[in-house]
Amino acid sequence: MAVSPSDIEKIAHLARIRIAPDQIDAVADRISDILAMVDQMQAVDTDNVSPMANPHDAVQRLRKDEVSELNQRDRFQTLAPRAEDGLYLVPKVIE
Amino acid sequence: MEWETVIGLEVHVQLSTKSKIFSGASTTFGAEPNTQACAVDLALPGTLPVLNEEAVKSAIKFGLAVNAEICRESVFDRKNYFYPDLPKGYQTSQMDAPIVGAGVLDIQLSDGSSKQVRIHHAHLEEDAGKSLHEGSFDLHGHGMSGIDLNRAGTPLIEIVSEPDMRSAEEAVAYLKKIHSIVTYLGISDGDMSQGSLRCDANVSVRLKGDDTLGTRTETKNLNSFRFIERAIQVETQRQIDVLEDGGKITQETRLYDSERNETRPMRSKEEANDYRYFPCPDLLPVAVDDALIEQLRNNLPELPDSKRTRFENDYGLSVYDADILTAERSIADYFEQTAAAADDAKLAANWITSELMGRLNKEGLAFNQTPVSAAQLGGLIQRIRDNTISGKIAKQVFEALWNGEGSDADAVIEAKGLKQVSDSGELEKMVDDVLAANPDQVEQFQSADDKKRKKMLGFFVGQIMKASQGQANPGMVNQLLNEKLGG
Amino acid sequence: MHTLSLRELADGLAKARFSSEELTRHFLARIAAHNPALNAYITVLEEQALAGARAADKQRSSGDVHPLTGVPFAHKDIFCTEGVRTSCGSKMLDNFIAPYNATVVEKMAAAGMINLGKTNMDEFAMGSSNETSFYGPVRNPWDTNCVPGGSSGGSAAAVAAGLAPAATGTDTGGSIRQPSALCNLTGLKPTYGRVSRYGMIAFASSLDQAGPMARTAEDAALMLQVMAGFDEKDSTSIDCTVPDYSASLNNSLKGKVIGVPSEFFAEGLSDAVASRTRAALSEYEKMGAVLKDISLPHSHLSIPCYYVIAPAEASTNLSRYDGVRYGHRCDNPLDLADLYTRTREEGFGDEVKRRILVGTYALSAGFYDAYYRKAQRIRRLIKNDFTEAFKSVDIIAGPTSPSPAFALGEKVDDPLTMYLEDMYTIAVNLAGVPALSIPAGMVDNKPIGLQLIGRDFAEADILNAAHQFQLQTDWHKQFAPAFA
Repeated sequence: MAVSPSDIEKIAHLARIRIAPDQIDAVADRISDILAMVDQMQAVDTDNVSPMANPHDAVQRLRKDEVSELNQRDRFQTLAPRAEDGLYLVPKVIE
Repeated sequence: MEWETVIGLEVHVQLSTKSKIFSGASTTFGAEPNTQACAVDLALPGTLPVLNEEAVKSAIKFGLAVNAEICRESVFDRKNYFYPDLPKGYQTSQMDAPIVGAGVLDIQLSDGSSKQVRIHHAHLEEDAGKSLHEGSFDLHGHGMSGIDLNRAGTPLIEIVSEPDMRSAEEAVAYLKKIHSIVTYLGISDGDMSQGSLRCDANVSVRLKGDDTLGTRTETKNLNSFRFIERAIQVETQRQIDVLEDGGKITQETRLYDSERNETRPMRSKEEANDYRYFPCPDLLPVAVDDALIEQLRNNLPELPDSKRTRFENDYGLSVYDADILTAERSIADYFEQTAAAADDAKLAANWITSELMGRLNKEGLAFNQTPVSAAQLGGLIQRIRDNTISGKIAKQVFEALWNGEGSDADAVIEAKGLKQVSDSGELEKMVDDVLAANPDQVEQFQSADDKKRKKMLGFFVGQIMKASQGQANPGMVNQLLNEKLGG
Repeated sequence: MHTLSLRELADGLAKARFSSEELTRHFLARIAAHNPALNAYITVLEEQALAGARAADKQRSSGDVHPLTGVPFAHKDIFCTEGVRTSCGSKMLDNFIAPYNATVVEKMAAAGMINLGKTNMDEFAMGSSNETSFYGPVRNPWDTNCVPGGSSGGSAAAVAAGLAPAATGTDTGGSIRQPSALCNLTGLKPTYGRVSRYGMIAFASSLDQAGPMARTAEDAALMLQVMAGFDEKDSTSIDCTVPDYSASLNNSLKGKVIGVPSEFFAEGLSDAVASRTRAALSEYEKMGAVLKDISLPHSHLSIPCYYVIAPAEASTNLSRYDGVRYGHRCDNPLDLADLYTRTREEGFGDEVKRRILVGTYALSAGFYDAYYRKAQRIRRLIKNDFTEAFKSVDIIAGPTSPSPAFALGEKVDDPLTMYLEDMYTIAVNLAGVPALSIPAGMVDNKPIGLQLIGRDFAEADILNAAHQFQLQTDWHKQFAPAFA
């Protein structure tokens, strides 16, 4: 499956990764190559095969409803690129 | 042209678990920003989710309450989008295999009729954090938004209805019903002012008689019954105006602005989203077996519909009173306790729906904030029934109890000397005094016919009540007057 | 001391032939001397390691301790280590000081082992040559013009050059086994769910597993014993008993059936590696095991399947790197969109971006069924191949990688060729079964590996087979000459 430069712009936007305009064609070629390789799957009939999400087909374990985590805000916020008054700061969010 | 409104609601209910859906952080409302956001909630590298048992049980309880099929192996999916209040860059939700399947809900309308609304499904998901904008916190003028992730990871059930509602009134009735069910079940505090119950409304209009649906809009940010009603009304009118002007409705997400009472498109959601749902590989399918379902079913509390019927049948309440008194579990419990203490259900119902609720409403208090307990109100009603006080005096006693001026009705009556005068000797003297002071009226009375006499009797009773400061037993006063005046 | 096995080091400490502090100093000195040439470590924890060693010596002198107390090792820089930069080989996390410990880190610390530092790796574990690291490529101690393999290339090089006696690694598509093969080590990828993933920075959640990289099967067994076990913080962790891996090392292989898949000796395998692998397999016949030709008919689909599932999971696992709460953030973002797109443009390298894009594409509307769902169905066919094969064999064996170490820069610009490096290892991750690689001889004076694959949770079986092989051969005792 070949992807066009405009496809790449679309998925780069979904993934929130900026790609320099002069690189878009090259990226599209690379991704097309990978998808072409991946397309070998299409030759196989899998109509009667159920999808496998986990190698053990295991089921979810449940946690007791208990509060186990204490406030570590100050510690965590030393990692923050920008925080103030206990809040993480980002450019203005517009709704 | 006659238009018909078609409404479907997506209701988000915060579950009142102690800890979050996928982490051990507390869910308490109103903490300092980010003090309840643990490593998992912050999506620190390497952290993983583990599902809260109570959230699963809460969702199943809701499903059972609306007679829905419970999914035996529900799956959590990732809903991918970038937003600063969404730390992982995806919301863990359920798409293809939600825990609660199709169900139904009966809603009661003001004309006394009822209607069935179908529930498409209900699924478990995590709440996002909050973005605080300029003005709501001290930004030191740098024009940025602040992110508080305390709410991130709070468990939600999202209840998705079919487009079965046809008016804002029906939508509100539906939402009130959801509210009463989740509070009855005890799975949510239902506090809309804290965002425990929020609603998005899918609204479209079509010409009456059309059987295809019109293009719908989704209006977000509806967090009170009143806003929902108004938002649906203005959105309906907007759509009708557009169509009648020959325009077309755009499928979009809109925001209700309560100050301007209008809806407007959300700028951030303008672009078509591609959420790339897929099963979350950090979580496994949630297996629910018959034993768990039966155990939860057997422990379901009495739900609003059956409680309402029981109140009508067992207490002889009107449909209207039964409806009001079963709207919330706390009201219903309060009523039953009051009725038992008073030994009179109808008086209890009257006092709660008029006196108590009126007062709460006036003070802007929620029902559970009442300063008068069911035992106090029941005790007060007892004293009306045994003629210790009159209905009028009872209001004074209620006022005193409201203000915390006594531990119970008896203490207030005692302290304020409000006890009704039922002593015949004392009453007889009062009657004699009043008659002696009004010889003209006595003479008039004696020459009047029956019809007139009845009217005039009221005058004497009034004088005696005035003289006794309302404490004379009205029944006995009437009897004595009749005797003395030879009526 | 740096050529001794973990077992020998543990014995030396127990018999007080040397102290943990001496041992730790020795390795730190070797790191100081040789790391500049190899670039195996991203972060060296000199002070912390020495403090730990002194504490271990004290503990040892005052009573009962875990046998590995005071034994140094290294952690791949993918495991969150409290108070220590945990970069995952990425600029995105270059400034990330982990505020908590991964479960594996806790377990190693609880056993008293001494963490020498954090080893280099392909960025976010995406790569097979350790050339995608933000911290530069790692060199192979056997030939410093060659790659050590990846993504656990730093761990492999460190152990192969005697800069650590053992190390942790992670394996999503071969990232423990392939570098182990290329650096002459014994490296084991446990059954999915055997070792906790909590605190191990995610690449592809349904494939990632942590495991040991050591010189011998005996050492791998000792390390795995510490690493393995149920963890309630990881929903995919399996609650099943961890056996004593050392106890079964000496079991006889007489009568054991070893399946040799024809697909592992088909097109793509170098002749020299093929014949060397067959020679290694014949050792098993000498030990009384039976070789049996088998087929894993869907093997050819494992790379296509993997390159949908792994990028799809990665594309959303890596969405959290948004410049808001930690990690890299671009300078002076104009608005929210600029914050996201520029932070991620700057913070991620080319291969990571490529995989995020492929994964985003595979999950996007209109392509989900044709790619992601399809790959999940193929995945079941691959798992079924193994289930079927294990009905008639005890172990499956073949080459670990198609060729020995290749030159730095040789494949880095050609992703598809690079992806073939993992053609024999990937199916194992898709199926979730355990597998290891052991030294199996030399091709062009460079080591190659023999891969042994076991049934679900049968790590003991493959460790037993590996140990028996190592009793008969001495490939694993060969040390990179330049670093001996």
